[in-house]
Amino acid sequence: MKPAAKPAEFAPWLDPNETPLIRFDGVTKRFGDFTAIDDIDLKIYRKEFYALLGPSGCGKTTLMRMLAGFETPTEGTITIGGQDMKGIPPNRREVNMMFQSYALFPHLSVWDNIAFGLKRSKMSKEEIPERVKEMLRLTRLEKFAKRKPHQISGGQRQRVALARSLAKAPKLLLLDEPLGALDAKLRQQTQFELMDIQEKTGTTFVIVTHDQEEAMTVASRVAVMDNGKVIQVDTPARIYETPNSVYVADFIGDVNLITGNATLKDEGLAALSWAEGQPEIIGTAGEGLTAGNATFVIRPEKVAISAERPEGMNNVVQGRIHDIAYLGNISTYHVALPDGTLMKAQAANNRRLSRRSFTWEDEVWLSWTDTAGLVLAG
Amino acid sequence: MRRFSWFNATALTAGFAFLYIPMIILVIYSFNSSRLVTVWAGFSTHWYGELFRDQAFLDAAWVTLRVAFVSSSIATILGTMAAYVLVRGGKFMGRTLFSGMIYAPLVMPEVITGLSLLLLFISIGLDRGIVTIILAHTTFSMCYVSVVVSSRLVSFDRSVEEAALDLGCTPWDAFKSVTLPLIAPAVIAGWLLAFTLSLDDLVIASFTAGPSATTLPIKIFSSVRLGVSPEINALSTILILIVTIGVISASLVSKRRIVQQQRDEQMAEQAQQ
Repeated sequence: MKPAAKPAEFAPWLDPNETPLIRFDGVTKRFGDFTAIDDIDLKIYRKEFYALLGPSGCGKTTLMRMLAGFETPTEGTITIGGQDMKGIPPNRREVNMMFQSYALFPHLSVWDNIAFGLKRSKMSKEEIPERVKEMLRLTRLEKFAKRKPHQISGGQRQRVALARSLAKAPKLLLLDEPLGALDAKLRQQTQFELMDIQEKTGTTFVIVTHDQEEAMTVASRVAVMDNGKVIQVDTPARIYETPNSVYVADFIGDVNLITGNATLKDEGLAALSWAEGQPEIIGTAGEGLTAGNATFVIRPEKVAISAERPEGMNNVVQGRIHDIAYLGNISTYHVALPDGTLMKAQAANNRRLSRRSFTWEDEVWLSWTDTAGLVLAG
Repeated sequence: MRRFSWFNATALTAGFAFLYIPMIILVIYSFNSSRLVTVWAGFSTHWYGELFRDQAFLDAAWVTLRVAFVSSSIATILGTMAAYVLVRGGKFMGRTLFSGMIYAPLVMPEVITGLSLLLLFISIGLDRGIVTIILAHTTFSMCYVSVVVSSRLVSFDRSVEEAALDLGCTPWDAFKSVTLPLIAPAVIAGWLLAFTLSLDDLVIASFTAGPSATTLPIKIFSSVRLGVSPEINALSTILILIVTIGVISASLVSKRRIVQQQRDEQMAEQAQQ
C-alpha cells in the first residue's frame, strides 16, 4: 500500500500571495497615561490558531478586546477581512468571543444560551434548533440541553461557552484564557478538543493565554508579548528553538542563561568568553548579533551530563552536582560550575532508580554541541 | 450540647417581652367589647365591624395603597435607571458627585425633605392632594431603590453583558434580555422597600397631603390625638397580621431557594461524573 501523500504544511504566513484575515497597522492603545498597546503590527491568516502569549498586564487581553470591539485603538487601524473596523460596534462584527469567566447567561438554559446569538442573527426560526443541536453534538452536551449553567460542572460550562461562541459560525473566534478555570488534567484534554473543533469548523481562532505550554500545544503561531509590544511571532517550534531575544528564551520553557562577551566566528557561529580560566563557549549566533555583550542560552535537555570528560567536543565544563529534581520521566541536575554559576542539565530516566549513576556532590562533566545553544545580543 | 441555663432563659424572656408585650396588649384590646380602651369587658369583634363601616378609614387606606403602588413603581424605574448610569455609565464629569448626591436623601431628616417639598409645591401652585404625596414619596424612595439596585449591579460580572453585545445584541436589547433578568431580584426588593416606606411614612405625607387626600398613617395619628379608640386597635391588629404573613412567606421563599440551590449543586456534581 502506498502511504498517503503528506499534506502540505499549513503556513500561509510564508505565502506572499495570501491576504491576511486580520491586520493591525501601527495600533496603539492608551488608557490615560498608561500605554497598554504600543505601535503593534500583526497579520493573522484564515484558519490559523493564533496565540497571544505573555505575562499578565502585557496587553494581550486589550489586543483581543479591540478585535471584539470592546475597546477602540487610540491610533492605527485594525482591519478584519479587508474591512476597517473603526466605529463598528461588537454586535455588528462577525467576531465572537469566549470569555474567561465564560459569561454564560445564568437565567437561560444551555439550549437557550447557545441559541441566544442565533435568535439575533438572520437565521430563520426553523433553522435555529438544527444549528443548536449541531453545536450540542459538537461539544457533547446533548444530555444537558435543558439544564441551567449552575447545574452543570465547570468543564461542561466551558463547552457551553465554546458552543455559544461558535454557533453563529463567526469568521473569527476569540478565546480569552479559555481553560484557566479547569484543572490540569481536564485542561490538557480540552486543549486537544479545541484543536479538533478548530480543524473541523475551519474557523480562525485567536487565543489569549499566559500559559506557555497551552500556547505551544494548540497554536499554529505564537505571538510573545511584553509591555504592550510584540517581541516575536513564530511557530511554537521556532519560538522554542530560535528565540530572537533573551526575554523570549527565558519566558518559554526552562533555559540556562550565561552572560559574557561575544566574538563572531565562521559558519554562523559565535564564541562567548564568560569566565576567567574557562574555555570559550561556542553557539549559534542569534540574528543581528554583534561583538560585545551577549547572552548564551541553552535548553537543559540539550546539555549532556557524564562522569567522564567527553572526547572531541568544544563545549565542555566541569562542575559539581548541587541539586537533583526528580520528575519521574526526567531528572533535572543543577550543576555548580567552578565560578559559582548554576547550570541545569536534563536527562531522561530510562533506567531504574537503583542503576542511576549520579548523586549529590558528584563531580560531573557537562557538554553540548556547537549548534545546541544560541548567542543572543544583550 | 450545652444545657439551657437559667440565665439564658431569663435573658430571652426579658428581651422578647420588651419587644412584643406592647403589641400583644394592643392585639388583646382590639377584641375588647368596651369602648374604654383600658378596661376589659369581654371578647368581641365589634370594633372590626365598626372599622369596616368607617368610610374615612377605608378612604385613607385606599389612598395609602394607591400612593404606595404608584410612587414605588415610579421610584423603581427612576432608581434603576440612576443606578445603571452610575455603575455602568463609564467615567463622566461629576460622577462621584452624583453618586454621593443620590445617597444624600437617605440621611436627610424627613422634616427637611417634607418642608422643602411643601415649599416647592406651593411655589409652583400645585394643589396638595394625592398627586403631591405620590411625587414626594417617589422623591425619597427612589434613592433607596437605586442603592439596592446598584449594589447588585456592582457585584455581577460585566462580561455577561459584553457577551450579549458580542452575540449581536444592541445595548438596549442586552439590557432587556440579560441585565434586567439578572438584576430583577434587586429591582423587586427595591420596589418592595419603596412600597413599605411609602405605606409607613407619616412625616413627609403630612407635609404634602391636602384636605382632598389623607393617608392611613395620618388618619391614625390624628384620631389618636383625640384619644385612642378601639377601632385603631383593630386596624393595627390587621396591619400586624399583614406584616406577619409577609415576613413568613418571604422567609419560606428564601428557604425554598436554598434547598433548590443545594439540589442544583448536587446535580452539577453528578454531571461531572
